[in-house]
Amino acid sequence: MSSPQTAVPPLVLVTGPEGLLAERAVAATLRELRELTPDVEVIRLTADGYEPGAVGMHAAPSLFGGDKAIVVQGLEEAGDELQADLLAYVAAPEPSVTLLVTHASGNRGKRVLDAMRKAKARVLDAPAVKTDRDKSDFATNEFRVARRKATPDAVRALVEAVGQDLRELASACQQLIADTEGVIDETVVLKYHGGKVEATGFRVADAAVAGNAGESLRLLRHAIAVGVDPVPIVAVLASQLRQLVRVGAAGRGRSADLARDLGMAPWQVDKARRSLGGWDGEALARSIQAVAAADQEVKGGGRDPVFAVERAILTICRERSGGGRG
Amino acid sequence: MTVWRDVVGQSQTVATLQRAVSDPDSMTHAWLFTGPPGSGRSVAARAFAGALQCPQGGCGDCRECRTAMDGTHADVDVIATEGLSISVRQARDLVALAQLRPSVGRWRVIIIEDADRLTEHAANALLKVLEEPVPRTVWMLCAPSLQDVLITIRSRSRHLQLRTPPVKKVAELLVERDGVDPGMAMYAARASQSHVGLARRLARDEGARIRRRDVIAMASRITSVGTAVGAAADLVKIAEEESTAASTERDAREIAQLKEVLGVDPSARTQPPHVRSQIAALEKEQKTRAKRFVRDMIDRSLMDLLSIYRDALMLHTAAPVELINADGRAEVDRLARTMGPDDLLRAMDAIGLARERIEANVPPLLALEAMAIELRPPVRH
Ligand SMILES: [Zn+2]
Repeated sequence: MSSPQTAVPPLVLVTGPEGLLAERAVAATLRELRELTPDVEVIRLTADGYEPGAVGMHAAPSLFGGDKAIVVQGLEEAGDELQADLLAYVAAPEPSVTLLVTHASGNRGKRVLDAMRKAKARVLDAPAVKTDRDKSDFATNEFRVARRKATPDAVRALVEAVGQDLRELASACQQLIADTEGVIDETVVLKYHGGKVEATGFRVADAAVAGNAGESLRLLRHAIAVGVDPVPIVAVLASQLRQLVRVGAAGRGRSADLARDLGMAPWQVDKARRSLGGWDGEALARSIQAVAAADQEVKGGGRDPVFAVERAILTICRERSGGGRG
Repeated sequence: MTVWRDVVGQSQTVATLQRAVSDPDSMTHAWLFTGPPGSGRSVAARAFAGALQCPQGGCGDCRECRTAMDGTHADVDVIATEGLSISVRQARDLVALAQLRPSVGRWRVIIIEDADRLTEHAANALLKVLEEPVPRTVWMLCAPSLQDVLITIRSRSRHLQLRTPPVKKVAELLVERDGVDPGMAMYAARASQSHVGLARRLARDEGARIRRRDVIAMASRITSVGTAVGAAADLVKIAEEESTAASTERDAREIAQLKEVLGVDPSARTQPPHVRSQIAALEKEQKTRAKRFVRDMIDRSLMDLLSIYRDALMLHTAAPVELINADGRAEVDRLARTMGPDDLLRAMDAIGLARERIEANVPPLLALEAMAIELRPPVRH
């Protein structure tokens, strides 16, 4: 019975709620195992539908003496039997087995976590990727790992376009890495993802907040013409104004600090700061009122929803040039 | 003890209902209860159902009375939608149910707690049974006001208007029924503006009292656009936390129950498709319910917020009215100093508009931001 001659320790713990990152951590560990033991047998168990005794059964040395990796998914949902089986295994591990356990969040399974940590398990993090700042960091890192360079504007455009869902963001990054060459800039991103509703909404909002009524209305008309629903566009207008207010109210300080406090990405803080030049509080106040009124009209049906959005955009642009000095 | 005990401050309505119980000529097959939130529409309907089933016309103690009141009577169905609307499919199910003769009781009673949430199609599905009554079947529909109910339904049912009960009556009920200390009962009745359910919660749950204080304190926290936007975010957060606290356990329990009902084999690695789809459907329903809960919580917070502006206005008019926030007198005084009657009215309009917008599906955060901006005290030059 050979013991696995890899650098992977016999116990591996993946903690944190981000499913994609947890999957990647497990996959990377298995890859590492296979480098030295190509024929390692992988057994996957889930907390949901766990059969008592399964951990011990699979861990027992097999007739042919091959190495095994047991992946237990979802310790956070583990029933008493699975927890007891894991505790028993951690207390008496098999030399030819690597045990991988994932735990998303919460208190359930805490004794197993503690036991694994105490037994010097390798701990890999899968932290939540929630704020725009997290998403920017994530995307930047995707490009970095692939030895590609992306401009901050490109990352911003990408997060705006497909940042709602981390898996989508990840696959968008992979697509850009595979399909393009050289530095990834905003033009490239818009070419691939500019047609997304969110991206359209952001471009309409950017133009409006900059006081560029003509451009904003043109983009809006175009979006409506290709069938984009006005509802998400209004939502983006509201969120852009909200960011201006929050960054404006936060005062001075380093962008990075502010970004952390406000749960925004540093580039969002910088962008808001640049935009704030043309704004004051009263103008922002009236613009938010206009957007809220537009949202109500859009939801109310009956009247002309597109006109409601157009009117809000015109109000924002007027407030921008009249309220501020920029 | 009578079945009418919890129907607080509605003597006229109770008299009408009692007559209907004792005199067949005064009985009809469809009733419409309207009244502001907390006036006890559903409580009145359940009491009426109990009185109809009770051999003594509403003793309040017998099995018929008790099960009708708590919603477990075999012939009393209480439809309480936790979604945003009652669908035509649900309405058709009710129509089918209405055809059945009562199984154990004297009447089959169908109570729809949110008749204002009937979609137009659903209401139309009900019309036929309202037009051609089934013997021994009684409909009781509840809604905030007559305007909330489709006119076709309105014209086919007998209308009962409930009033907001007096603070003192609500406090008395809390003392008698729930054993609340009289001082606390008065505070809770006043702070909840005579909403019986809320008053009970305020009296018994310290968390609810703290949340109410936090909401009230927002009135003086809002001084700029920045603090306004911050306060809006806090209002949403308070509601979401409350929703999570209220639903986590219940959601898990419901899923477990469903699995049991479906006979799910707990040792199976993956569940068969029909099980998965039923679980997914329940999860979707739970999400809708949580959304509705958050909106209801926000609405409740807005009622609390409104109360302090009303109080400040009362100070200005020197009306001899007892303050809703008698316990928060300092806050009321400060608000009355910084805002004149016109400002206060403008603020109250803004709160009303936010409630209307949230009801119309505007994202709560945006509606509350627009509202909070209007709550800033005027700049004095
Ligand atoms: Zn009785």
